[in-house]
Amino acid sequence: MAIETLVLGAGQEVGKSCVVVNINGKRIMFDCGMHMGYTDHRRFPDFSLISPSGNFNDALSCIIITHFHLDHVGALVYFTEVCGYRGPVYMTYPTKALSPLMLEDFRKMVDRRGEEEQFTSEHIAECMKKVIAVDLKQTVQVDEDLQIRAYYAGHVIGAAMFYVKVGDAEMVYTGDYNMTPDRHLGAAQIDRLRLDLLITESTYATTIRDSKYAREREFLKAVHKCVSGGGKVLIPTFALGRAQELCILLDDYWERMNLKVPIYFSSGLTIQANMYYKMLISWTSQKIKDTYSTHSAFDFKNVHKFDKSIIDAPGPCVLFATPGMIRGGLSLEVFKHWAPSEKNLVTLPGYCVVGTVGHKLTSGKPTKIDTDPDTQIDVRCQIHQLAFSPHTDSKGIMDLVKFLSPKHVMLVHGEKPKMASLKERIHSELGIPCYTPANNETVSIPSTHYVNAEASDTFIRNCLNPNFTFQKCNSVDTCNSTLIDRNLTPELQVEDERVVDGVLVMENNKKAKIVQRDELLLMLDEKKHEV
Amino acid sequence: MKFTCLSKDLSGLMAFSPIPTSLDALLFEESNNNEKRHKIEDLLDAKSLIFAEPWYKTVNNLHLWNASLIDVILISSPMGIMGLPFLTRRKGLSAKIYVTEASARLGQLMMEDLVSMHAEFRQFYGPEESNFPPWLRQEELEILPSVLKDILLGKDGVESGGWTPMYSAADVKDCILKIDTVNYAQEVCYNGTLVIKAFSCGVEIGSCNWILDGPKGDIAYLSSSCFFSAHTMTFDYRSLQGTSSLIYSDFSSLSDAQDIEDGDNNSDPTSDTLLPLSFQDMDESSLNSDENLEEKEKLVFICSCAIECVKDGGSVLIPINRLGTILQLLEEMTTSLEASAMEVPIYIISSVAEELLALLNIIPEWLCKQRQERLFAGEPLFAHVKLQKEKKIHVVPNIHSHQLLMNWQEPCIVFCPHWSLRIGPVVHLLRRWCGDPKSLLILEDIVNPELALLPFKPVAMKVLQCLFPSGIGLQKVQPLLKTLQPKTVMFPEDLRLKTSFSCEKSFSVSYYTEAEPLKVSCQKDSSELKIAADLASQFYWKTFKKEGINVTRLKGNLLMENGRHHLLLDNNKKTSESNSSLVRCGLADYNKLLPALSEMGINASIEIVKDDVESQNVCLVHTKEPYKALIEIGNTSTVITTADANVASILYKAIDNILDGV
Repeated sequence: MAIETLVLGAGQEVGKSCVVVNINGKRIMFDCGMHMGYTDHRRFPDFSLISPSGNFNDALSCIIITHFHLDHVGALVYFTEVCGYRGPVYMTYPTKALSPLMLEDFRKMVDRRGEEEQFTSEHIAECMKKVIAVDLKQTVQVDEDLQIRAYYAGHVIGAAMFYVKVGDAEMVYTGDYNMTPDRHLGAAQIDRLRLDLLITESTYATTIRDSKYAREREFLKAVHKCVSGGGKVLIPTFALGRAQELCILLDDYWERMNLKVPIYFSSGLTIQANMYYKMLISWTSQKIKDTYSTHSAFDFKNVHKFDKSIIDAPGPCVLFATPGMIRGGLSLEVFKHWAPSEKNLVTLPGYCVVGTVGHKLTSGKPTKIDTDPDTQIDVRCQIHQLAFSPHTDSKGIMDLVKFLSPKHVMLVHGEKPKMASLKERIHSELGIPCYTPANNETVSIPSTHYVNAEASDTFIRNCLNPNFTFQKCNSVDTCNSTLIDRNLTPELQVEDERVVDGVLVMENNKKAKIVQRDELLLMLDEKKHEV
Repeated sequence: MKFTCLSKDLSGLMAFSPIPTSLDALLFEESNNNEKRHKIEDLLDAKSLIFAEPWYKTVNNLHLWNASLIDVILISSPMGIMGLPFLTRRKGLSAKIYVTEASARLGQLMMEDLVSMHAEFRQFYGPEESNFPPWLRQEELEILPSVLKDILLGKDGVESGGWTPMYSAADVKDCILKIDTVNYAQEVCYNGTLVIKAFSCGVEIGSCNWILDGPKGDIAYLSSSCFFSAHTMTFDYRSLQGTSSLIYSDFSSLSDAQDIEDGDNNSDPTSDTLLPLSFQDMDESSLNSDENLEEKEKLVFICSCAIECVKDGGSVLIPINRLGTILQLLEEMTTSLEASAMEVPIYIISSVAEELLALLNIIPEWLCKQRQERLFAGEPLFAHVKLQKEKKIHVVPNIHSHQLLMNWQEPCIVFCPHWSLRIGPVVHLLRRWCGDPKSLLILEDIVNPELALLPFKPVAMKVLQCLFPSGIGLQKVQPLLKTLQPKTVMFPEDLRLKTSFSCEKSFSVSYYTEAEPLKVSCQKDSSELKIAADLASQFYWKTFKKEGINVTRLKGNLLMENGRHHLLLDNNKKTSESNSSLVRCGLADYNKLLPALSEMGINASIEIVKDDVESQNVCLVHTKEPYKALIEIGNTSTVITTADANVASILYKAIDNILDGV
């Protein structure tokens, strides 16, 4: 018995996560993402590797989407509506609620840029109808043999790690996760499981992060300093996730410091997203959950809707503008207006992809930036980079691997050299074989298999008898050791090893049965022969 | 496994008088001082009610149970949790308590509300003087009217042990800390041996049926279930399919049958019993839409009555009973008001209303498909969110809150607890409006409205009674069971006469009654055991010529996980040392023994002796060279006699080899 893993995306890279696992005859696709760095065929995973004939319904048992980021869900609409996959798709409630927003936002952006459209709004709606929403920890029986279960992953609202069991083979695919809680989400949580395979993300395979508290304070100080000097703060973010986290942080700070400077949300999308967040409070952090009835954390008191007419209005303000990384749209437009003044501040939360204005700002200290061939902008404003990330760091990955102690580990969603070093650590420190396949590669690992048998009552009862062994520790040894040591090793050690001794009987055309020795004679109709 | 049902309800409250008003205070004084109260059969008036701080009825003789012997407690609905603090406040309870997350949160609010309403009594009557309330004394019980006596003592007159004083807010908090919450279809494992799962049953938000899966088979516990719901997740009967035993615990049809007022909506029940269909054969959508339509019609009717009433200048009072009904009524009422262009304020008065309404909007995972669609569309799950914002409904904690007094306007529509009409804001409002023939009281599903309204007599206000289906319904029992395909069904004795199973049924039925254990044998006499493949590959098989049986010795670590036994490879050298056969059988054939011995260089001679006692042949084998020993071979035993232990072990091995050993 084996588990075969075909990596279609996010193999030794970040982007278009897509892994197809063949586990005891069931084929499951984990995530169906798109690569934001490409606009050609490399944007989507190479689905033809799943089924050369294009018959995906027979080739796949189900699709599981871990969270609403486009590099995890972006190709789903294309796959179901254009490639014609009709089977079940599973995701958590928040992912089902928020994915269409992300997909629609992306579609509009493609539209604006005049690129070829891969799917339409109707496609998105049709695709979402096929999605089955699941709750955390719910054991979903996809078919008679295939069980899936979602576990809380932090990262973004609704993000989940998925456990899959087919027969005796068990595995977990993490998606993206965060092992430390943030302002609005809790930390990833999973049961201790007996896994054959763990497929984990490894974005920060070699980074170890310090406390978030200091970084938050630094951010607030920078923002406060800017607005008290009459400056404007631009925070380019995506509509979902980081925007809510930072807004909770700012709104709270505004309350405490009694600040009256307006905070704006640029897009209707963010305001719409807040509606969803309010209903999905049970997926946020414990602190937010506890206060839902008195004050919903997503009812921001100091936040207003932004109107383009006030870009050049005098006075300080804070603006959350989409899209992130100053890739275009309003965030770029506002940037053009605000960047030339040294009073203003641009705060860049998180990772910026090469080629974006955001990336240029974070690499070196440019004074001039070309946004397009005809425009050059003087950059005199302050730049503050926020080292917030909703991904786990390497310690978190190691902790998870150690906690789950699977028989095999596979790394995806990371950079090749960093993955190699983490792979080495997992192998040497934890003694677990680890794989880092590239895109379109297949890895096969053996899986657990149990032989079923029936056990008689007498046998089970016999096994449940305690089998204590007592061991006296040598008191001479402990005399020399320190007091603490002595407390740790009691003089009398008791072991309860329940090792089973029985007889397995296989009769022709019957199920294997386990019996206790006395029962065997009855079955064989023989008499005992003592020696 | 032993099952005990801990069902309890609050209808016992009816035996008590609501808090006396200043007018009634006289009455109360009177009833207390009047030493010469006599039993006046069938003459029930407000004075006959008990004027004391109410106690609550739980399972009979709960106090006699040894709490520490309970292993697991399963709570199936938000209502079902309300008696739990009576148990958790007792010492020694260490049971695992499983409740769905939604039931726990709703139940907590309901308990907190009950405690705060009850506090009014405590304020009025002061602290209790003794541990035993005077109204439970035999002489007091004797003079009670029979209706009240039935409530206090039960129909058989033995239930006085079920009464217990109210729990405190601290008890509720403590109770909530002791429970483990689960989601629908989440597997929790008790003690490694029992896997427990909850599945939606469609009655209330968070209410559920259970499946218990152990190594010896599985059991489904079917509580009140509803095929259609406009608020909570629908009855997930598919997940209950194929369990070996099923405990049927939907008692709703008990009262159902009495209320088949109009036979037109139900087809002749006997025709159904003759032809038990399974749901696969039925058109499911039509099955559900019937109930849907009926419920909708009732709601519309109630709202039209209410609107008539406010048009006339009267007020409408709706005691809160089942949450689902109230939510739908609230939505229907506001749409009807809007349609008729009426500006009438709606008040919701309850200490927990605000929190409850906020909670309802954040639990999409527990709601029906239509409500979940609202989440995906980005709209609030219930209409009350918008209504509250528009100030069309006013939510206040109690009747004398400032906010209510400032906004109070009559006529109005008020939703408030408690449906027993004995505690909560409803008592005060009922006193205000009971004499007004223009006002309207809407009672849902009350067994004895006469008794309920007793303290407010004479009642001039209009009373509308309604009943919403809340269970499986007798006609659907057969097709449901046919679909679920259990092997054994345990049915309540009370329903024995109401259900007749056709002879072609595929399951056996037994009936249970309260407080009487029913023994049901388990389906399997052996348990499943899974052997790890690496261990199985090390097996050394031995074939017995007779019967074609293959046998192998088994050794490994036994592990109990998720209700299944596993046998894993034991890597510990210490325990795998002893290698001698466990058991041998067959005959020690001396014709084989001699060549075997001579191969080892041992010379032996045979002597056959007749055993007089057992009249069988015993074979004596004498060995001389190089060792001296005597081997006595019988039919069932072989004895080796020698002076040297080493010799014995050598001979032992030789014999072992010719026997069939495992």
